[in-house]
Amino acid sequence: MTAISDREQLAYIAAQAADARVNVELETEGMTLNIGPQHPATHGTLRIVAKLDGEQVIAVDPIMGYMHRGYEKLAEVRTYPQVTTLINRIDWVGSFANEVPFILAAEKLMEVEAPPRAQWIRTILFEMSRIANISLFLGDMGLQVGAVTPAFFAFRDREHVLNQIEAATGGRFHPNFDRIGGLKDDLPAGWITETKRAMKKMRNFCDEIEGLLQGNEIFEARTRGIGVIPADVGLSYGLSGANIRASGVDWDTRRDNPGGLVHNELDWKVWTHVDGDSFARFWVRLQEVRESTKMVDQLLDGLPGGPIMAKVPRIIKVPAGEAYVETENPLGVMGYYVVSKGDLVPYRVKIRSASFNNISITPWLLKGVYVPDIITILGSLYFILGDIDR
Amino acid sequence: MIAAITDPWWAQTTLRVVGGLAAVLLVAGTLVYLHLFKLVSFMQSRLGPMEAGPFGSLQLLAEVGKFIQKEDIFPRKADRFVFAAAPFVVLMSTFLLVVVVPGGPDAWFVDSEIGIYLGMAVSSVSVIGILMAGWGSASKYSLLGGLRATGQLIAYELPLILAVLGVVIQAETMNMQGIVLAQAEGEIFGWGVIGNPYILTQGVAFLIFMVAMQAELTQTPFDMPIAESELVTGYMTEYSGMRFLLFFIGEFATAGVFSAIAAVLFLGGWYIPGIDPADNIMNVLGPIVLITKIVVLTFVVFWVRFTFPRFREDQLQKLAWKVLIPIALANIVVTGVLKVAF
Repeated sequence: MTAISDREQLAYIAAQAADARVNVELETEGMTLNIGPQHPATHGTLRIVAKLDGEQVIAVDPIMGYMHRGYEKLAEVRTYPQVTTLINRIDWVGSFANEVPFILAAEKLMEVEAPPRAQWIRTILFEMSRIANISLFLGDMGLQVGAVTPAFFAFRDREHVLNQIEAATGGRFHPNFDRIGGLKDDLPAGWITETKRAMKKMRNFCDEIEGLLQGNEIFEARTRGIGVIPADVGLSYGLSGANIRASGVDWDTRRDNPGGLVHNELDWKVWTHVDGDSFARFWVRLQEVRESTKMVDQLLDGLPGGPIMAKVPRIIKVPAGEAYVETENPLGVMGYYVVSKGDLVPYRVKIRSASFNNISITPWLLKGVYVPDIITILGSLYFILGDIDR
Repeated sequence: MIAAITDPWWAQTTLRVVGGLAAVLLVAGTLVYLHLFKLVSFMQSRLGPMEAGPFGSLQLLAEVGKFIQKEDIFPRKADRFVFAAAPFVVLMSTFLLVVVVPGGPDAWFVDSEIGIYLGMAVSSVSVIGILMAGWGSASKYSLLGGLRATGQLIAYELPLILAVLGVVIQAETMNMQGIVLAQAEGEIFGWGVIGNPYILTQGVAFLIFMVAMQAELTQTPFDMPIAESELVTGYMTEYSGMRFLLFFIGEFATAGVFSAIAAVLFLGGWYIPGIDPADNIMNVLGPIVLITKIVVLTFVVFWVRFTFPRFREDQLQKLAWKVLIPIALANIVVTGVLKVAF
């Protein structure tokens, strides 16, 4: 047996140590990617902390509250007509729809009912804010998967609807038009024909988006089978609106519980899709815009005459009681739980906004997807930051 | 440039440097104005820049002025040398690439016997610059973008080169000038009025080349490395001011140069049917013809860029390895067989 010299022994130890080091270095560890609060994909200040293994997501933690404005608390120190100014800013691309459930809840407490003409105009504006909101989604969905042009088309064509909303209410984004017992004003002259023209343009826009995105192989490859939400999981996370209809749940508050709005007098269809993936959510929303334009056309044709304001006292004091009203807003079910103690101001307002619930599924949904799919799935869930944080 | 050959070396070098700068910067500027500013604005129903100069034509100068004034920001943890050098490496690849493109019978920078081979080799250098930018920025978005870019550029280099091989087999030369002349003098089954632009006989290779070129330029269906909706701007995220401008010039200049190579390989380069390719007038007309073809080809590139959504990186790798490369290989086999048969 040959003796090992010190030098050889040291070299051996050094080699072993080097091997060990290499092994340590090759051990890959996860990376934490902080998407947001400032990031082009999050439409605001949603922060998503994603733990990655390579490009695959291990865990996702959505952190909200960067834009919390305390509307529920602020509503407690404002009179009922003043509250609509606040809640306009919850879902800021479909503003009018935010006012409706609150006003309906207050009307329920006061036991007044808006005259038919006011109800019809309310429904028209409600559906138009849906069109304005979701048409933006249709363009934005293209942006999320990398196609820039649909977003410009969406901004261009949304203008037709916004112009009509502005003509009727005086506000493009924040109409503040709904009143307890009716509406602020009647429609201006010539509005009906102009709106019909705008609806036609929106249907053309839907066709255009369909041609640009829906039939595109790359778009389908990026969205089909991505981010699948089974119906039971979606329901248990409290999803609503197009997100849950895309999972095959036939649930639309407009049809099932229309109280205060006149959807049940119209001929329309609730679209659902069986797949539950990003594509299905896109597709259902696209059909919804079409359906809404048809609804607005029917509403304009059948608009009844009469007053637009019921008899309500000049100073509104809501009698004591509790009321919960929810409507099918562009982003999903939105509800207001209003508690009154008979004052000028509500005692407590609880806002159930759709996006807050819709976004709660992300930790479950984003597990195991690739980084680019985080963006498309979040895009297809379609949230508005104001609707999450209120 | 035939006069230049008899000139002293410094005159030749100056001429080539000036010519190279003009070929890169003027083309890049033209493409930015024509396509990014105006074509895209038209597609997206807006006007684009209109204030600076007639129809916003001086907007480019304004942009350059803006970028030069901006602060050159280094992230605190950045690998400073690598971060600073990366845009130059990317741009260097473009400048090295442009030298192989001939503009006329005597208007060339380097008349190399292995011209296209050299071009394909130096075009790969930009990968290193992008990886440097991704690593040196010390940002996770940049790193992800840099790594995606590396994987993508390597994957699409192969179909690009394999597509070129079909042309090389048909032209029997790797000299760019030789490829142009082979097209000018070629004929398709005895019909040689317009010569034989290889887009006619190498149509498959042309399509593969254009797709791979789109990916090499990281333009939209293949812009995963930049992916502004998820990685902010990928490897360029941390750059500002002059260095960002260099990346920007690099992007558009490379689009121009790759289109020039595509024009030389498939559209006949600088020759005009009916004019003798050795005629001295072609030294003036040739570059104009070439630039026209560049504009047409880059129009296609930007048209596609602003129309399509983007692939995910696994999907684009699949496209390269499972679709483009087998087709390119088949194209080479068919070209070789037909070359021997006829």
